[in-house]
Amino acid sequence: MPDFLAAWLDQNEIFTAMTLMEYWDGMVTTVQLVFLCLVIGLLFAVPLAILRTFKNPFVSGPVWLYTYLFRGTPLLVQLYIIYYGIAQIPGIQETFWWAIFREPFYPALLAFTLNTCAYTTEIIRGAIVSTPHGEIEAAKAYGMNWFMRMRRIVLPSAARRAVQAYSNEVIFMLHSSAIASVVTIVDLTGAARNIYSRFYAPFEAFTFVALCYMLLTFILVFAFRKLESHLLRHQRPARS
Amino acid sequence: MLDLKGYGPALLDGAVVTIELAFLSLALALTLGLLGAAAKLSGSRLAVGIATFYTTLVRGVPDLVMMLLFYYGGQVGVNMLSDYVWEAYGIDFFFQFDPFISGIITIGLIFGAYMTETFRGAFLAVETGQIEAARAYGFSRWHTFRRIMVPQMLRHALPGIGNNWQVLLKTTALVSIIGLTDMVRVAEEAAKAERMPFHFFIPVAFVYLALTAGSELFIKWLDKRANVGVAQGNQ
Repeated sequence: MPDFLAAWLDQNEIFTAMTLMEYWDGMVTTVQLVFLCLVIGLLFAVPLAILRTFKNPFVSGPVWLYTYLFRGTPLLVQLYIIYYGIAQIPGIQETFWWAIFREPFYPALLAFTLNTCAYTTEIIRGAIVSTPHGEIEAAKAYGMNWFMRMRRIVLPSAARRAVQAYSNEVIFMLHSSAIASVVTIVDLTGAARNIYSRFYAPFEAFTFVALCYMLLTFILVFAFRKLESHLLRHQRPARS
Repeated sequence: MLDLKGYGPALLDGAVVTIELAFLSLALALTLGLLGAAAKLSGSRLAVGIATFYTTLVRGVPDLVMMLLFYYGGQVGVNMLSDYVWEAYGIDFFFQFDPFISGIITIGLIFGAYMTETFRGAFLAVETGQIEAARAYGFSRWHTFRRIMVPQMLRHALPGIGNNWQVLLKTTALVSIIGLTDMVRVAEEAAKAERMPFHFFIPVAFVYLALTAGSELFIKWLDKRANVGVAQGNQ
């Protein structure tokens, strides 16, 4: 270890093993929260996006309304409505749901999932709508039915067009997850806020957490770049 | 009719704070965006380096973390400065770091980075022939920028500015966390005091919805005006 680093570590009172463990636990919570909401959100977004492309307004209308409401309001307001609102639903305290939603983690997960699902639905819808018509005609000419066309032609081709916008959404979600700390969840930001108030050291506490988020962001950017080049490998120029 | 239990005026004041904050942050973001784009396109290695560092940093750090750093860190910074000034010069000076100012600075800085990318793309979309023609007419660099580049790049920048504005508007809700009494803060206090979360948060959500929907219409109108005289492929 370089001398100056050792000297600095010797005289600092903030970054002890205990606070580092607190940051680590916070990072685990953040990653869990973001990973779960993204996976669940994506699972629901694909069928919703397909419904959203239907011509029948009674099918596509409700999906449009859902995405419009959740994209037009701040995530913080959605989180407050769900976090404070669930406890006020009459009779919920007697059901088994109460055991789940009493923990702040699950209302936050619900709010984040609903939010990211709305954005992802619109991203996938955009990709489905912009499928070149020739691809669909060709699939029809081969005698594929609607379901097979969706599964073999439209969705794989849409996934390639959606991955860039989706990677932005994933990074956005990682950053938005910081607001989980306002409903008493000790995620990365929550850990930083605890450490700030214990030592009254805002620069150290928040700069360190900013670096943690940056690390996570760059890992995600790198992973998506790999995924993108994998999905778009047929477009790579041929090696001469 | 909606009964706001006497919190109506406070909520309205909060809405005004939200809108003020959004516009002032937008002004800062547009300024920083233009400066950032100018730096990125300047060709000077130092300027490009600084601008790239700025945009990368902002995209890696959550807005809330940055806001907390500016707000709490700003206060500690001011305290340290005032201690120093007192000891060195015997001047007593102190001010409370304002959540409103920290909100504007943070949101402006964050969206300045996004605007940088928007403006950079828009400037690159202006045909080089236009710039060459301006130089051939003897326009100075500043003249070319103001008379040729800016009017033509605005058309390309508008959709991006519109998107950023919509996100910015929703980001302003975060200032309630550092204690500014905006709409969300008032609604939170009212909801806790009256134990009626839906009653207060849903109207606030609808105000945000109205703001975003209104801006959407306005941006569409602006876009139509900016594109007058441009033949579009889809028409």
